[in-house]
Amino acid sequence: MTHVRVFFIGGYIAYRALFNWMHPSYYIPTMLGAPLFQILFFAYIGRYTGLKDDAFFVVGNAVQLSAMAGVYGMAMTIGGERWTQTLSPLLATPANRLALFLGRSLPLIANGMVTSVFAFGVGWWLLDFELAAESIPPLAAIVLVSAVACTAFGLLVGAIGLRARDVFFLANLAVFSLLLMCGVNIPLDAFPGWMEAISRALPLTHGIEAAREVAAGAGFADVDHLFWTELGIGVFYGAFAYALFRFFEADGRKRATLETM
Amino acid sequence: MRALRLILTGWRFHVKSLTLSAFFLLTSAIQPILFATMAYFMFRAGSTEQSLLYVALGSGLMGIWSSTLFGSGGAISWQRWQGTLEVSIAAPAPFVLVLIPITLATATIGLYSLTATLLWGKLFFGVPFDLEHPLLFLLSIPATIVGLGMLGLVLAASFVLYRNANAMSNLLEFPVWLVTGLLVPLSLFPGWVEPISWVLAPTWGVRAIRDAALGGGDPVGAILMSLGLAVVYLGIGTVLIGYFERLARERATLSLT
Repeated sequence: MTHVRVFFIGGYIAYRALFNWMHPSYYIPTMLGAPLFQILFFAYIGRYTGLKDDAFFVVGNAVQLSAMAGVYGMAMTIGGERWTQTLSPLLATPANRLALFLGRSLPLIANGMVTSVFAFGVGWWLLDFELAAESIPPLAAIVLVSAVACTAFGLLVGAIGLRARDVFFLANLAVFSLLLMCGVNIPLDAFPGWMEAISRALPLTHGIEAAREVAAGAGFADVDHLFWTELGIGVFYGAFAYALFRFFEADGRKRATLETM
Repeated sequence: MRALRLILTGWRFHVKSLTLSAFFLLTSAIQPILFATMAYFMFRAGSTEQSLLYVALGSGLMGIWSSTLFGSGGAISWQRWQGTLEVSIAAPAPFVLVLIPITLATATIGLYSLTATLLWGKLFFGVPFDLEHPLLFLLSIPATIVGLGMLGLVLAASFVLYRNANAMSNLLEFPVWLVTGLLVPLSLFPGWVEPISWVLAPTWGVRAIRDAALGGGDPVGAILMSLGLAVVYLGIGTVLIGYFERLARERATLSLT
């Protein structure tokens, strides 16, 4: 029961307290305004270069944007605690770490979904993008699993933040790298082989590929292998991040370096 | 003369200080390289015949805008957090002369972007660096920096009203990249976008640098427009800063975040 309370209430309070994203003056420009212009920016480059149609960029960016909250949020979960000098008291509690951090990931995943829905709406409203009603449920499932995978990736960034000096730098680097490498705006076959191989091991890549196929009319059964691959990648990053976190936590206790900035 | 010395000394100090910041390293060097890489791949894989130097210069300017936007937009907030705002305002020099070196430095740091994207393009994408008008190219860079630095002054003055300056900076990064034609020509947008681009310094900065590098257009006109806009921004920024400084003194809200 305590774990459940830590999961839900702890996650909710941490979200409100750490990120302040619920305040409209922060939430609207960052989580809705910037994504709107990001989609327009890449769609217009796409139009100018003749690379792909609007749908390619709307789907790619809408799915990628679901990752933004997850990566930044999870990284800041740890970085923020460190910054406010509350990490040591938090880790001194007997709270279950899995419940603690998974609870914090839940609002971020929901947030990612909201941003993604908004992004698809922007594409439909301002660009040349249509989506059949029957494509919406499989697309929602794909966006959800991509958001989960990216949140797990964000936890990895946060775990590294236990040791690295500047977790915000790492989080920014991670988000921009995902934007470059995961086929958000560039077809994977335009990359050299080694870049494509890296992108296949990152979250988002398979999710975006599946989302594009679904948006083009494919059914869930046609892309379920991509869906499960995305989920598998998310589980891998989540497990690796958790192991790394526990290792750095134990090491930080031993060396008394938990809050060294 | 004393004002010039203050600006020069402050500018050198803030350029050094920003160079040591991981955040500005990301904004002014790493982020532009990542965006330039995206743009190189997109232009190369697309069907438009466009020189990759065009892309490298546009991506470099994107970095200059980002560092100006985040640096200048948050200039006053950062001074507040560091506890130096009251001291700076209490100093005998007008506050605007303390702020100008900061905003100019944030634009100057953006030069790392231009250098990084050109070098990156040359090393990994074989982008040629052949300049049509080398002298005008050299002149266009400081003119662009001054234009953006003074636009930064207006941002610094305006964002002081907004508690979450950082959020405002997040919002304004992409739209200015779009409407100033850094990578996409303005002719692709609806007609009402063009007049907006005229009042934004990056529009003239990229025209000056690009026309000087690639030939065509009117680089001298663009340099003059960039400097002219800088004078207008300076006037607006000075008035706004004076007004907000007086208001903050009267209400004793200087240190309130």
